[in-house]
Amino acid sequence: MSVASYILGIVAALIVLGVVIESLRRHHLRERHAIWWLAAGVIALIIGVFPNLLGALAGLFGVTVPTNLVFFLSIAVLFLVSIQHSGELTELESETRTLAEAVALQDLRIKQLETSLAEALETRRNP
Amino acid sequence: MMGVMPTALERTLIVMPAFNEEEAVGAVVREVFATAPGVACLVVDDGSLDATAREAEAAGATVLRLPINLGVGGAMRAGFKYAVASGYSNVIQVDSDGQHDPRGIEELVAQLGRYDLVLGARFAGVGDYAVRGPRRWAMQVLSGILSKITKTKLTDTTSGFRASGPRAVALFAQHYPSEYLGDTVESLVIAARSGLTVTQVPVAMRPRAGGVPSHNPYKAAVYLGRAGMALFVALIRPRITISEPPASTAAIPVVSG
Repeated sequence: MSVASYILGIVAALIVLGVVIESLRRHHLRERHAIWWLAAGVIALIIGVFPNLLGALAGLFGVTVPTNLVFFLSIAVLFLVSIQHSGELTELESETRTLAEAVALQDLRIKQLETSLAEALETRRNP
Repeated sequence: MMGVMPTALERTLIVMPAFNEEEAVGAVVREVFATAPGVACLVVDDGSLDATAREAEAAGATVLRLPINLGVGGAMRAGFKYAVASGYSNVIQVDSDGQHDPRGIEELVAQLGRYDLVLGARFAGVGDYAVRGPRRWAMQVLSGILSKITKTKLTDTTSGFRASGPRAVALFAQHYPSEYLGDTVESLVIAARSGLTVTQVPVAMRPRAGGVPSHNPYKAAVYLGRAGMALFVALIRPRITISEPPASTAAIPVVSG
């Protein structure tokens, strides 16, 4: 491995961590959404600093080409994040639906109260 | 409120989901009032961009305006919630495009004494509504499976013309699916698995004002696939137990002028 690719690995991991932490700091990301990206960034940084760890891990799991382990883990993280997003999208849609119903029901109730109030005032004015 | 006990029709709310139906909705509302005297009519304006709400109001219906389009199932759940809040016992869903003949309303209400959910079936011998070819076969397969699940003979499970009794109204105000085919297929499964009784009565159906039913085999296959998906999802979901509505506390009707 050349020095350049060694540095590239570390810099890439640091960029990921930097972006995620900065987003967290600016309330651009919530903790529960950031957790997977933080985990991925930390693992990438560890492997970037100690590349031999990857070979050892690959050997442990019986993966011949260590890079394939990286791909496998990356896909696993992306999959989990996608599932989490789909789930939260569904939840948001159902919350939006409930809110829309509540708004419509209150709107109608206000209109009916206004009508009966106007009628009550009218009868008081001209009994 | 009233000295005399209100009739079944007076305890019934007609709910009409309407999305951009300004041309038809007024006439349908007037026809409902003419054929079913004493009934209350709620048009759920499902985020229409046209004058649907104004037309419905002019015809004498109460209008619930959803700020965004939720689809038929979404509009119906809002209608069920309104029925619960206003103290109606029964809800009848009628399409706002005039496809359902309001003369069927009385027949549906009559069966609510004995069943929780009554479907108005289009192919049961009354009227001249017909669907042929692959789409018809798809509907038949679906009806066969749903007949098994609901333990009653159903021939038209995708009918939107249906009546719900008090138990069904309480259930659907909380759980009424909004996905495609959820309002017809999945809602039937939810009802059956919650222990509600289901039946069907033959009703006359008019052909839709615009467009003809498709006979395209590809579309029929897609339709069956989506229906199968809706059915599968409905069956793997946990059973819902009906919580009995609290007696008389929530039912404070808002009386409009």
